[in-house]
Amino acid sequence: MDILNNLFPNLYDWLAGALHALLAGLNLVKDAENAIVATIMALVVVVVLLLWLVLMVLAMIWFERKTAARVQDRVGPNRVGPWGLLQPIADTIKMLIKEDIIPTNADRLVHTLAPIVTAAPAVLAFAVIPWGKGMFPVDLNIGLLWIVAIGSIGTIGIFMAGYGSNNKFSLLGGMRAVAQMVSYEVPQVLTIVVIALLAGSLSLNKIVDAQGGMGGFGWYILAFPVGPIAFVIYYISALAEVNRTPFDLPEGESEIVAGHHTEYSGLKWGMFYVGEYFNFFLVCCVAVTLFLGGWQGPILPPYVWFIVKVYALVLLGMWIRMTWPRFRVDHLMAFAWKVLVPIALVNIILASLFVTYALPALKQMGLF
Amino acid sequence: MTTDLFLSNVGFFVMGLMALAGALIAVSQQNLLRAALGLILAFLGVAGIYFMLEAEFVGVVQILIYVGAISVLILFAVMLTRGLMRGAGSGHNSQWIGAAFVSLLLFLILSAVALFAHWNVTATKVTTDLVPKIGVDLLTTYLLPFEAISLLLLAALVGAIVIARE
Amino acid sequence: MLDRYGIVALFALVALLFPPIGLFMSWLVRPKKPNKSKLSTYECGLEFEDFPEEAQQVWVQFRVQYYIYALIFVVFDVEVVFLYPWAVAYNSLGIFALVEMVIFLAILVVALVYAWRKNQLKWV
Repeated sequence: MDILNNLFPNLYDWLAGALHALLAGLNLVKDAENAIVATIMALVVVVVLLLWLVLMVLAMIWFERKTAARVQDRVGPNRVGPWGLLQPIADTIKMLIKEDIIPTNADRLVHTLAPIVTAAPAVLAFAVIPWGKGMFPVDLNIGLLWIVAIGSIGTIGIFMAGYGSNNKFSLLGGMRAVAQMVSYEVPQVLTIVVIALLAGSLSLNKIVDAQGGMGGFGWYILAFPVGPIAFVIYYISALAEVNRTPFDLPEGESEIVAGHHTEYSGLKWGMFYVGEYFNFFLVCCVAVTLFLGGWQGPILPPYVWFIVKVYALVLLGMWIRMTWPRFRVDHLMAFAWKVLVPIALVNIILASLFVTYALPALKQMGLF
Repeated sequence: MTTDLFLSNVGFFVMGLMALAGALIAVSQQNLLRAALGLILAFLGVAGIYFMLEAEFVGVVQILIYVGAISVLILFAVMLTRGLMRGAGSGHNSQWIGAAFVSLLLFLILSAVALFAHWNVTATKVTTDLVPKIGVDLLTTYLLPFEAISLLLLAALVGAIVIARE
Repeated sequence: MLDRYGIVALFALVALLFPPIGLFMSWLVRPKKPNKSKLSTYECGLEFEDFPEEAQQVWVQFRVQYYIYALIFVVFDVEVVFLYPWAVAYNSLGIFALVEMVIFLAILVVALVYAWRKNQLKWV
């Protein structure tokens, strides 16, 4: 059981040891040898994580189409491979071989850079998430703020896409999308303050470690009344941040053609599409880490627990997408500023009172 | 030179070059929106320099506020100016000789300060988590500026709304 | 601590290289046959090039509302930046810190209520 739990850290140590043995023959300075091994191991971790993320996103695309189909009482893709499992790969190949059309009078540089600026931050934010016990690429002291900050860079990419297309619909869609993302970022960061209060740290590792009470079930979502409120507000504003229904007004086909990615074709559009799934996956991973205890849990290996919890939240998001209609734009903004922000502010005060008065009592009772 | 020091120097130069490149793009581009994007690159370079100085909280706040919020504000403000699409005319006006002289003077003064001042250099590395310390300092030693900042933010918001409504 | 950021920098490098490599692969295999109607911007059935010169300048009816939302966001973002160190250091400070923070938040709630009352939070 311990072998299974520590599978990946052990693999990492074994590889690092092998590299050290390999380099020992070269008789380098200790400093330089350590640096080289560290760099190669970091590269290995990055590449493995990237491949894993691509696999996860492909799985999510298949998952979404199948569940959407079942919810709508049809079958979904089932021609391309067993149960349609190869459908995302077929989609990727299709996107690769489509012609790339850049409209005349469009700003070519900005038009080409926009998908990169939108997709790269999503990947970068995954660097701090703990995937299992001892399985994190980097443990930053300010990990929580890092995710929020890197996520806010994606807003610029959407604006660039809207401007760089030389199209009224794109520009309008882009500006609306940025206004929406910016409005919903405030409740999102306000609820994360509650987690910083409860855990006393911004490092994601420490936050997950702090949720280990109650036999691996001491999750922050169970910290009534502040935990569930914070979770609900975070999940709603995070769904709005990544432009998923019911908040996908910027890209609703019947509203504004396709908003900021109207004029994109081929792989550039594919990057927006995949970037949206990356962001959604990131948001679910962060919600699991902060509120649902990360990899904490009895019996099963930690990384299995993590994936199970993340996919539970992903399923919840997809379920919401398939059931609820789209928000109107003025309702969207009013909801963020007039409902979510006041509740989040009150929640912070409640959480600070909770930490001062209730938490010591709960700790004495053996919970948390 | 140890590996550590070498890598630190490399990091500093890369981040400095990024900030410099961003600033050059920001002042030389005639298309306002491209200039704003160059400014964003400069902000990222400065954030990188903060990270090199082991001020990680300041660095991440720089990304969060400057790149995430203020850049969006600047981009929206740029969209306010209708001259965006037509380009801004020629890149310089007739006073460029005076401006170049003043810039050179400023550069010489700043370099003299940077090179010849007695900077207080500590050899210790920062290994602890600094954010709690910042929190404690903010609420005890620097309490008055802290509360004053909230008043400043209130004034900024009220002022901007009053101006924007006209 | 700096070695952690070295890994982050490596991450950033790979994250930035990943899309261009994909685009390069696509450039190798995709067709390149531009023609006039493909290159025109989407305009719901009308030809963009047939518009007069003034109508070809792409701009939107700019509303100050966008700017106001971004501005309120900046104010609240700065407020949140001050909330984080307080939240992390909360356990080692007394009850007085809570009072101070409540004062801070109250002043900013005044700002929000002002914006609300002046109808600046409405999407026109």
